Amino acid sequence: MTGKAKTRVEMPEQPEYIRRNNFEEVALGYTEELALMEAERCIQCRRPKCVEGCPVSVDIPGFIKLITEKKWTESLEKIYETNFLPAICGRVCPQETQCEELCILNRKENAIAIGRLERYVADRYYESPESLNEKGRLLSKREKPTGKKIAVVGSGPAGLTAAATLSRMGHSVVIYESLHKPGGVLTYGIPSFRLPKEIIKREVDEIKYMGVEIKLNYVIGRIKTLEELSESYDAVFIGSGAGLPNFMGIEGESLNGVYSANEFLTRVNLMQAWDEEYDTIIRKGKNVVVVGGGNVAMDAARSALRLGADNVTVVYRRSDTELPARREEIEHAKKEGVQFRFLTNPTKIIGDYGDEKVRKYDVKSIECIEMELGEEDSSGRRRPIPIPGTEFEIEADVVIIAIGTSPNPLIFNETPDLEKTKWGTVVVNDDLKCTKENVFAGGDIVTGAATVISAMGAGKKAAESIDEYLKNK
Amino acid sequence: MSYKIVEKEEVATDTFKMVFEAPDIAAAAKAGQFLIVRIDERGERIPLTIADFSSDENTVTTVIQALGKSTKKLTKMNVGGSISDIAGPLGTPADVKQLGTVVLVGGGVGIAPIYPQISAYKNAGNRVVSIIGARNKDLLFWEERVKDASDEYFVATDDGSKGHHGFVTEVLKNILDEEKEKIENKTLENPKIKRVVVIGPPILMKVATQMMNEYPDVEIIVSMNTMMVDGTGMCGGCRLIVDGKVKFSCVDGPEFDGRLVDFNTVMNRLTIYKREEIERAEKYKKECEGGVCSTLD
Repeated sequence: MTGKAKTRVEMPEQPEYIRRNNFEEVALGYTEELALMEAERCIQCRRPKCVEGCPVSVDIPGFIKLITEKKWTESLEKIYETNFLPAICGRVCPQETQCEELCILNRKENAIAIGRLERYVADRYYESPESLNEKGRLLSKREKPTGKKIAVVGSGPAGLTAAATLSRMGHSVVIYESLHKPGGVLTYGIPSFRLPKEIIKREVDEIKYMGVEIKLNYVIGRIKTLEELSESYDAVFIGSGAGLPNFMGIEGESLNGVYSANEFLTRVNLMQAWDEEYDTIIRKGKNVVVVGGGNVAMDAARSALRLGADNVTVVYRRSDTELPARREEIEHAKKEGVQFRFLTNPTKIIGDYGDEKVRKYDVKSIECIEMELGEEDSSGRRRPIPIPGTEFEIEADVVIIAIGTSPNPLIFNETPDLEKTKWGTVVVNDDLKCTKENVFAGGDIVTGAATVISAMGAGKKAAESIDEYLKNK
Repeated sequence: MSYKIVEKEEVATDTFKMVFEAPDIAAAAKAGQFLIVRIDERGERIPLTIADFSSDENTVTTVIQALGKSTKKLTKMNVGGSISDIAGPLGTPADVKQLGTVVLVGGGVGIAPIYPQISAYKNAGNRVVSIIGARNKDLLFWEERVKDASDEYFVATDDGSKGHHGFVTEVLKNILDEEKEKIENKTLENPKIKRVVVIGPPILMKVATQMMNEYPDVEIIVSMNTMMVDGTGMCGGCRLIVDGKVKFSCVDGPEFDGRLVDFNTVMNRLTIYKREEIERAEKYKKECEGGVCSTLD
């Protein structure tokens, strides 16, 4: 292959008309040839801006240079210095607003495809014979045992990163996970066509090889309280996320066929209800309406399509440019046939109650009202205002509410000295330390629903704070 | 993870007591709580009330009625076998405190979760009257242990094959009316009935709550067994309307003040997968023809 690529090397994808019917990964990944072509475009800035945009400060020019030298294992080791979940990050990070946004080549929209390269390096290693070797894992190097024991609540990105970082520092770590599989939102929230389950398993296994123990089916706040963990461990990290679904509070929300996005996605992703061989059932609507505009709404809409819906409509109260979801996923959704109704907000959900012979309790349609954008609100975005008299109905047999989530309050059970804000998030200082003595927190439980990578950044920072705290105890 | 079955007994028609080894769950369990159980990789997560627990023996006990595929599959397993997941204890524990006299009513499989509440209320200093009922005597179970643990004990069957011929609510009404009379005649010796707890099919709990309108000074507590997936408050599938507000049965409940519960919504929401569940149970029955289940792996 001669000549340098002048623009970003495109990511091979499943064609839309095929992928809208299966749950396999949409992005197929670079080949070695494509990866080399893209890596060679990197001009190896002496003062790389991309690193500043990375919440865990991956040595980006470093790992990319090693790709150009075909030093695949060394490239992964370079990433592992700061990032324990590269195959995951390479797939789900919003690089376009982080590392790639700051890439000096971005001025001509030709930013290096950093995420795709990170994914390639991680995937390549796991598909190679070296990775099958049980001993000598790339992540096995740890400091001398410190004798300190730390409990981590939650095996999502924040918890996994905190645990791996602490483990590398020589501490002993136990993760308590409430569900029957690790990964948190990676497993229950993100569909397999964006993040295959095998990828999660691989990366979690690497962390387990480091000596981290994961106890599944442990709901902290029930089987043990945070108070008990605080007493029996030297420190605790709370990474329990924001898994409590928000509902709109409109009429008809309890009708059969109305799901929170969490329930819909948990049934599809965690319990694999899309697969006939699995016992969990899901109502596969023919006309599905998704309320919301974030990544969760896109995931729900695209999943509903794959379950066989004839029409999937995303209803969002602001306009296209204000959609908070990743632009890449919005484009994928549109290409796959998801319809969008902007400046539209639901007012009530209408039910089909059947008749005296056959009683029903199902969703029939959703009434919406048109919106216009008014003055800016406290978030800096223009506030949507309903236009009176513009109500109309959209036919729907499934309605998915994807308007956001809040922290699950169970963690606070019987632990009165753990302070929380009025939004239910945990109060922390700049070092991610909580008001309770040896307890730290990070990720969605602190910020509200955000990204995988920001949770990882918090997990790393909290681990460093915990290490410092234990040294001074 | 793996949870071993250490005891199994058919206690009534198609109804099985199953005891699992789960030390940490047993140590934390309290009356009124439940488990979420998954048999294997393809299994669904199902809620099962805790019928008993022992931290000495590291066990939790459930009583399961084999109705659909999952419960049939589970109750076909035997001692020594194990299931992949048990999450628990889930739900807010029963609000047990000293009140006076408490009447506990268990209808059908509801007898199981009522059982641990007897000793819980007794230990809190209450006099406990227990009423258990079922459609017929073959569906009754644990009569001896309920009787032994309670201060007073009544049984009812719809068909009259044992005890009172009729519903448990009729027995409850008699007890409350008798107490009313004794209060009027100033002959009441026992502490006054302050609370009634009813656990059973939703229609039973609804009817019992309506009946309690005649006794406004007595609390009525019910246990709402809704559809569930995670059981930890993250999906909202178990949501019901209590006092006009949306509550999650798995976190805010499963026990609620019956007078505030919108039972109709609960009963309607329980029908969401009725068709699929019936189809699945039929399919499973066919696969198990001849006594050998082709799905057992």
